[in-house]
Amino acid sequence: MSTGLNDNEIISKVLSGDHQAYAGLVNRYQNYVFTLTLRMVKNREDAEEVAQDVFIKAFKYLADFKGASKFTTWLYTIVSNTSISFLRKKKLDIHSLDNENVFAAAANQDSGMRANMIEQKSKLAMVNEAIGLLNPDDAQIITLFYKAEQSLEETAQILGIETNAAKVRLHRARTRLKEKMETHYVQEVRDLN
Amino acid sequence: MNTQHNMEESLWNFIDGTISASEKIVVEKLLQTDADWKAKYGELLQVNELLQSSELEAPSLRFSKNVMEQISKLHIAPATKSYINKKVIWGIGLFFVTMIVGFLIYGIGQIDFSSGEEVSWSKNISKIDFSKIFSNTWVNAFMMINVILGLVLLDSYFTNKRKEFRKEA
Repeated sequence: MSTGLNDNEIISKVLSGDHQAYAGLVNRYQNYVFTLTLRMVKNREDAEEVAQDVFIKAFKYLADFKGASKFTTWLYTIVSNTSISFLRKKKLDIHSLDNENVFAAAANQDSGMRANMIEQKSKLAMVNEAIGLLNPDDAQIITLFYKAEQSLEETAQILGIETNAAKVRLHRARTRLKEKMETHYVQEVRDLN
Repeated sequence: MNTQHNMEESLWNFIDGTISASEKIVVEKLLQTDADWKAKYGELLQVNELLQSSELEAPSLRFSKNVMEQISKLHIAPATKSYINKKVIWGIGLFFVTMIVGFLIYGIGQIDFSSGEEVSWSKNISKIDFSKIFSNTWVNAFMMINVILGLVLLDSYFTNKRKEFRKEA
């Protein structure tokens, strides 16, 4: 359902009492929010719960959005905080960028996947799965840059880091993704060449 | 390892279009002459294309409906700035500044400047009997009254705001 209105116009409508107009924002950004939460919580059911929570919080505090930044930038802050709170509640480890050991957990997850690789996976499914194997920081930056189609400057702004730092983080994330694909999806990578 | 890393970094910058003009010329030349660079470029370009063609994950079909059902029971909170009155913040700031200045004046007033001894400020300050200031019943009573008044004012302010907000809702 495309409303034709831009984000700020929809927000103005919602703030002036037309709460149903909020559906326009939900429809527009549900995949963006869901993908980002999925990258953090690593489970579709949990990600859906967190994503719903994100939209509810965004609605409640919509009056605080002043339009100084893009709506997606503001939304990402809520995504990040809500996902971290959820993970804390579930007492799961929040993996940091520098902690390489955490990949063990993701690699275990992958061994199960490989057993099911009887049928040929599509390229896109492979990329999505490989991103899912990355640590949350790497997965976030790749998702923001490629899937949410943010520029490097916008990605840096969303993550609250310098553009150069975002550039380095993106390079590292892509290198790790490439390694993941080469290690875990040997056949698919071979088919691509 | 380092050369490999530099090669990848330069190639990613080349692919992203964030490479400098001078470096771009060097990379373009290397891609024409060096087989390793060419092979690596092919690999990275493929990863980049795959990532570009990938799509966002979609939640369940009921997602939007679920969100809208939940927000129908809610109302939007007023903007943070609208209920934090700047006058209150300035008032609190002024209160603390007045307290600090008051204590300083009182403390400095205790120093005997007419003694004629050449003593440093640090020595003079060490002569101040802070226990007198803080154990003084009047000072303590004054501080307690201020704190209680402050809390009462803050409470009435937030009660009014809550009432206003309920009326609006």
